[in-house]
Amino acid sequence: MQKRIFLRSTALAALSLVAALAHADNNTFKIGLILPMTGPFASTGKQIEAAARLYMAQNGDTVAGKKVELIVKDDTSAPDVTKRIAQELVVNDKVNVLAGFGLTPLALATAPIATQSKTPLVVMAAATSSITQASPYIVRTSFTLPQAAVGIADWAPKNGIKKVVTLVSDYGPGIDAEKYFKDRFLFNGGQVIETLRVPMRNPDFAPFLQKVRDLKPDAMFVFVPSGAGAALMKQFAERGMDKAGIKLIGTGDVTDDDILNSMGDVALGVVTSHHYSASHNSPLNKKFVEAFQKANNGLRPNFMAVGGYDGMRVIYEAAKATKGGSGDALLEAMKGQIFESPRGPMFIDAQTRDVVHNIYIRKVEKVGGQLYNQEFDTIKDVKDPGKTK
Amino acid sequence: MLTILFDGIAYGMLLFILAVGLSVTMGLMNFINLAHGAFAMVGGYITVVLMQRHGVPFMACLPLAFGGAALLGMVLERTLYRTMYRKPHLDQVLFSIGLAFMAVATADYFMGSQQQIMQLPEWLRGRTELFDGALGMGHYRLFIIAVCAALTIGLQFILSKTRFGSRLRASVDDPRVAAGLGINVNVVFAATFAVGSGLAGLGGALGAEVLGLDPTFPLKFMVYFLIVVAVGGTSSITGPLLAALLLGIADVAGKYFIPKLGAFIVYALMIAILIWRPQGLFVRKGGK
Repeated sequence: MQKRIFLRSTALAALSLVAALAHADNNTFKIGLILPMTGPFASTGKQIEAAARLYMAQNGDTVAGKKVELIVKDDTSAPDVTKRIAQELVVNDKVNVLAGFGLTPLALATAPIATQSKTPLVVMAAATSSITQASPYIVRTSFTLPQAAVGIADWAPKNGIKKVVTLVSDYGPGIDAEKYFKDRFLFNGGQVIETLRVPMRNPDFAPFLQKVRDLKPDAMFVFVPSGAGAALMKQFAERGMDKAGIKLIGTGDVTDDDILNSMGDVALGVVTSHHYSASHNSPLNKKFVEAFQKANNGLRPNFMAVGGYDGMRVIYEAAKATKGGSGDALLEAMKGQIFESPRGPMFIDAQTRDVVHNIYIRKVEKVGGQLYNQEFDTIKDVKDPGKTK
Repeated sequence: MLTILFDGIAYGMLLFILAVGLSVTMGLMNFINLAHGAFAMVGGYITVVLMQRHGVPFMACLPLAFGGAALLGMVLERTLYRTMYRKPHLDQVLFSIGLAFMAVATADYFMGSQQQIMQLPEWLRGRTELFDGALGMGHYRLFIIAVCAALTIGLQFILSKTRFGSRLRASVDDPRVAAGLGINVNVVFAATFAVGSGLAGLGGALGAEVLGLDPTFPLKFMVYFLIVVAVGGTSSITGPLLAALLLGIADVAGKYFIPKLGAFIVYALMIAILIWRPQGLFVRKGGK
């Protein structure tokens, strides 16, 4: 027992010494970027990392006289790994801010670390509504699924879609999408005939799609992770559902810019609501897309990339305002930022620390031989409907 | 209603082609090859790469997927699997699951972890409706059923009517006596293993469109293969065929009629069948 106490106190002393040393090194501003760089969600990680590096290339790597150091770590999209890496980054590397977080469980697992160490945590991808409530230190620059889902739920009833069947992947974001779409759609006088949840490891959409077809709705609302979107879209067309008069609507995840082109013509005419399209018509976005493609072998930026890009912007501006600060001061400087993003105008709501931005209604069209989500309607300044306050 | 039956049959046929090789090797050498799905994945990737990057027509990709997977199967059988035959089952299982993991990591490294997307030729994309829309058949699924039915008949013919078939059956029933009668059991087995792997490769190529194709394919479908083999028994190919059809139809119909329980029905069915017939649906008398 004695020995253990001795060991513990020595360890503590050593640790605080290291901490003191690290603090002494005051000329860098460290950003710990945790992303899934391998595994099924690697494309998310690639997009965000590319966007973050692009932002640094465009805006220099010094802020308020300090050198910005970007530490990129791969969490393989396993929550326990994310948490461990976050811990190491906070304790060993003394990062000023944690960022990244490709999926909801990864962000939720790390939330307690942000709270305990008072480190601001910028969510650049994960989109379940409740994430920002998990810690007062979480700021989000991506989007929330309820935001995207209510957009299409507002648009559909005005455009002759009265009866809808929903089909979502059976996990957090899918259930979020289903719930908020349904609530808003019913509120707008629509009718949801059936809600179908497809297991995550579902090999074949056939039976679910057949069920939808036999129910004969005006449209099918879809949320699936972006990779599965292509398969779903093809089977939708193969089953002749478009010819049977069923429209395909959904959140923008289904027609992800990253893979939209490889889906082929079956995607044409699909209407979705989302906060970002690579074809968004603004000078800033044109510049962003061009620079991104130039730096990444022609890879098209998607909504993940823009979340990462804006996340870096929020961090940079907060660092400038606080002269490279950390903790509560840095967090305060992130809240309430209003700026023009490639996606359009956006701001960080000071109360909820969540992003507020326009939701666009888009239709897949062919532009110059390539498929794009062409925006044709805008719902301005959508706050996350998932927050009760 | 008929459409569901049709989709179920297409799905079952695909499962059968994917799993039949496993069933034969398991019956033949009593070797549990959990890496079987990796050969299917190889076939799938061969097709995707040839089609998308080199513009090879789809119909030419199918035999190449078969050949590629069969060749790989033969090489691995000669070099790796052979040494494992006399080891206990636990070693074999650990060995082959290790291979499966390595295949997953390799595919991830070279091909990336995303779902592969395939563009079918135009003539396979349509759909035919019969009986006032009561039976809607996607042309691609029709094609799958046709190919798989032809393969099944071919396999059945080889097994029951040719000399190689009788040697194979003899080796399955009792390898020692078969060897004593002058049958080169090793060659029989190597050939069977290669063909089984090739069939899996063909199944992977055909299935990439329907089942999806990503590096976790071997693990995702391992359970389905094992169910087909466990339910169908390992002594014939009629067993796995009926098991696969039953499984396919039950899976599709279950998801259609009770979507909330959908993914569970298959397992319930398997448990019920195995309680009723622990050896699988079909057991041939005289086998060991």
